[in-house]
Amino acid sequence: MSSDTSLPVLKPTDFASDQDVRWCPGCGDYSILAQMKKVLPTIGVPRENTVFVSGIGCSSRFPYYMNTYGIHSIHGRAPAVATGVKCARPDLFVWVITGDGDALSIGGNHLMHAIRRNLDINIVLFNNQIYGLTKGQYSPTSPLGKVTKSTPFGSVDNPVYPISVAIGCEATFVARSIDVHIKHLGNTLKRAAEHKGTAFVEVYQNCNVFNDGAFSYATERDTKADTVIEIEHGKPLIFGKNRDRGIRLNGMDPEVVELGKGISEDDLLFHDEKSPEPSLAYLLSRMRYPEFPDPIGVFRAVERPVYDERMDNQIAETIEKRGEGDLEKLFNSGDTWEVEAPV
Amino acid sequence: MSTTTNTQKPVKELEAATVRFCGDSGDGMQLAGTQLTNTSALIGNDVATFPDFPAEIRAPRGTRAGVSGFQIRFASREIFTPGDSVDALVAMNPAALVTNISDLVDGGILIVNKDSFIEKEFKLAAIDANPLEDGSLSGYQLFEIEMTRLTRLAVEDTGLTGRDADRCRNFFAMGLVFWLYNRPLDPTLRFIESKFSSKPDVAEANRKALHAGYNYGETTEAFHSHFRVDKATLEPGRYRNMMGNQALAWGLVTAAKQSGCNLFYGTYPITPASDILHELSRHKSFGVRTFQAEDEIAAIAATIGASYTGAMAVTASSGPGIALKGEAMGLAVMTELPLIVVNVQRGGPSTGLPTKTEQADLFQAIFGRNGECPMPVIAASSPADCFDTAIEAWRIATQFMVPVMLLTDGYIANGSEPWRIPKVEDLPKFTVKYAQPPQNGDEFQAYSRDEYLARPWAIPGTPDLMHRIGGLEKQHITGNVSYDPENHQKMTDIRAQKVANVAQTIPAQEVNGVEKGKLLILSWGGTFGSCNTATNRLLEQGASVAHAHLRYLFPFPPNLGELLNRYEKVLVPELNMGQLRALIRSEFLIDAVGFNKVQGKPFAVSELVEKAENLLAN
Ligand code: SF4
Repeated sequence: MSSDTSLPVLKPTDFASDQDVRWCPGCGDYSILAQMKKVLPTIGVPRENTVFVSGIGCSSRFPYYMNTYGIHSIHGRAPAVATGVKCARPDLFVWVITGDGDALSIGGNHLMHAIRRNLDINIVLFNNQIYGLTKGQYSPTSPLGKVTKSTPFGSVDNPVYPISVAIGCEATFVARSIDVHIKHLGNTLKRAAEHKGTAFVEVYQNCNVFNDGAFSYATERDTKADTVIEIEHGKPLIFGKNRDRGIRLNGMDPEVVELGKGISEDDLLFHDEKSPEPSLAYLLSRMRYPEFPDPIGVFRAVERPVYDERMDNQIAETIEKRGEGDLEKLFNSGDTWEVEAPV
Repeated sequence: MSTTTNTQKPVKELEAATVRFCGDSGDGMQLAGTQLTNTSALIGNDVATFPDFPAEIRAPRGTRAGVSGFQIRFASREIFTPGDSVDALVAMNPAALVTNISDLVDGGILIVNKDSFIEKEFKLAAIDANPLEDGSLSGYQLFEIEMTRLTRLAVEDTGLTGRDADRCRNFFAMGLVFWLYNRPLDPTLRFIESKFSSKPDVAEANRKALHAGYNYGETTEAFHSHFRVDKATLEPGRYRNMMGNQALAWGLVTAAKQSGCNLFYGTYPITPASDILHELSRHKSFGVRTFQAEDEIAAIAATIGASYTGAMAVTASSGPGIALKGEAMGLAVMTELPLIVVNVQRGGPSTGLPTKTEQADLFQAIFGRNGECPMPVIAASSPADCFDTAIEAWRIATQFMVPVMLLTDGYIANGSEPWRIPKVEDLPKFTVKYAQPPQNGDEFQAYSRDEYLARPWAIPGTPDLMHRIGGLEKQHITGNVSYDPENHQKMTDIRAQKVANVAQTIPAQEVNGVEKGKLLILSWGGTFGSCNTATNRLLEQGASVAHAHLRYLFPFPPNLGELLNRYEKVLVPELNMGQLRALIRSEFLIDAVGFNKVQGKPFAVSELVEKAENLLAN
């Protein structure tokens, strides 16, 4: 992505389109939109070089509300559309906005392949554990037993966990945040934007109409300190209202321990987002409420070659070696013969 | 030109000859056919080819399912088909013989590898008796040649033995056929040189086998004479041999260059379209970006993304893959982005006959999407025509801001013919204009229209043109989301009218034959060669007949209705069950007659002539 510092500094409102935002009042999407508009001016990429691509679902209306270029595509296909945008124009700053159904159900295949290719794009997955736009069916992230319109006796479907999926797809940047933790969310989006390669961000998002309170344990003032752990590179995993609890490794497994009583910070697990192997990130992705606090922050941030750049380089190198393509030469390459005019 | 044509045996002049190599899929028959094709083209014959692959990659050796064939016709006049029947058949094993012999003309030349006519092979080919001995081949000029033994002998001193030596048998067969039809060995020797440069022993063995086959014809008593087919009088110019998929790929590269757009090709491997990807992936020096996607849907979705950014965006597949792309084509229609969707048709439905040809996806091309979702549909008529059709598809796509469906089929995709190399300055050139920021402070309107009803192509990176598009219905002019009922009607009408307007920019339909008369043969796509040849034959007989071959299938050329009415009868031959005929009947209320078959093979000229004669007689 290119940044042009000579441009006038933009304000969040400069990134708002003229369209009325049509999400339900109280929807977590508003907060994510607000943070995005706040973060983009700090990145410094001109609006006209920014493209938002989405699929189908409540979250996928997002591009309409941004005063940038945007494609509201078809269900599940946003990562594939974004791949075309980025490959054809590596100079563009590309965001994919998607949801749990869009990215993990109908679009699972595209999510997997966009991530493993490591295109230089940012994928933000709004996880509300429900199908909102179609009015309340369970989604691939809904917990087992979830009672919804399509599962009146409770869901018998095992959920998937977006962070674990992304890590399994060889993601180079994986993070999680929460719609109402606005400062944390803003920072996480910024980190994602600055990452070179596919940045995958899961955001816990409240659908107050069809799945209200799915993440209340992680957002309520009096519980969140005990149910959420902010992971930071190089720091021990500590949480709790009084910061008196932590995560320690017991063999291959994490466990919650009380600090003091012979256990010091040094005994705790230290986070390393740059670890070349994704094992630690994966282990963290398996920590879930209520057995564990849900980790938020950057799970993994490593450098690996970028697909669109490699594609571009192959072209540049070929042109350097063989010169620019010439139709005349192409047509006459290999065996040809002349038919002369009859005399 | 030649190292080997100073022959002692008498030479008979022929106007045309059709040869088919057939054998096990591991016998290198495609290579043999390709070499004969290139050599014949190089010495100035007109050529037409029909490779016929088995469905399996490696069916059990020696079985009928594993038989691979390559037919080539070369002539001293212009030809349009690889021939209905075969003048010389080379069969490398019993399975190849029994599955191909019915196409050999009475009295035709039959060359078999005698060494493979053994009990074990008969069992594999599921035949009871040795066909070389049961008298069933008495109507042909049979040449039983110990190709395995002779090849092994020929390559003995290269060190190659057993299997490795046997792999050179196709070169022996080639050498013999080259002698039989007086073809030079140089082009094949050059091919061996470059192809096997890293394996000098294999190269040497193949050279020896090739010469051995040639000399066998010249020196043994078996053959008393051989044949010559002179140069064809083609339009003067420089020529090369072209396969359909290659021509299509080159057409795309050319269209990109001529329009100043970068080519982005998103696709997923599928028979028989994959060779377009293989070809395009080699042309990075033209800035071609090839993207092998995770599936068919991703392939078209990525091309839509690329098109939004200003690229020349193309995806290709065959019927089953096109079905998967249906929803995304709807998105391209709705977002009014230029795109080419290529369908190299094969036998269907479902997985169907992947390696066989058919033209049964016409309805799918025109109607295969949800909602009122019109897309222009055009079709290539021959291997070389794929080049021009690809350029025309991009012309339409960009002039009208619309996805265009381009139909070819397995027959023309894998077939080949001489292509007269165009001069670059004679190629169509069209400038693609991207929208520029409004000068007078006006708001940019993403769905404003030009005289053809095309909307502006505004690409990311351009200041002040930021806009959002998507699959939801658009408000006329602004392009904002609109659920207004009147607006939906209006936009549906505009999308239909826009595609209808394409007809204003295409040439009037022409005919070969009488301007007015008894019978019109109306065809489209890969059946051009057979229909054209049949028509010429009928015209020579003095029949009141004409042939119209459609490139534009949706919309039709503007004069088509008037043209159809100039003939008493209309015959529509198609390798489907009557799809164009149904369109013609419904559009023009004409009682068109069909001639239809779906047997994975092109039409024989003779069956078309017969059908036409029936109609002319009644
Ligand atoms: S349905 Fe739920 S996710 Fe959708 S806009 Fe309403 S509150 Fe938000």
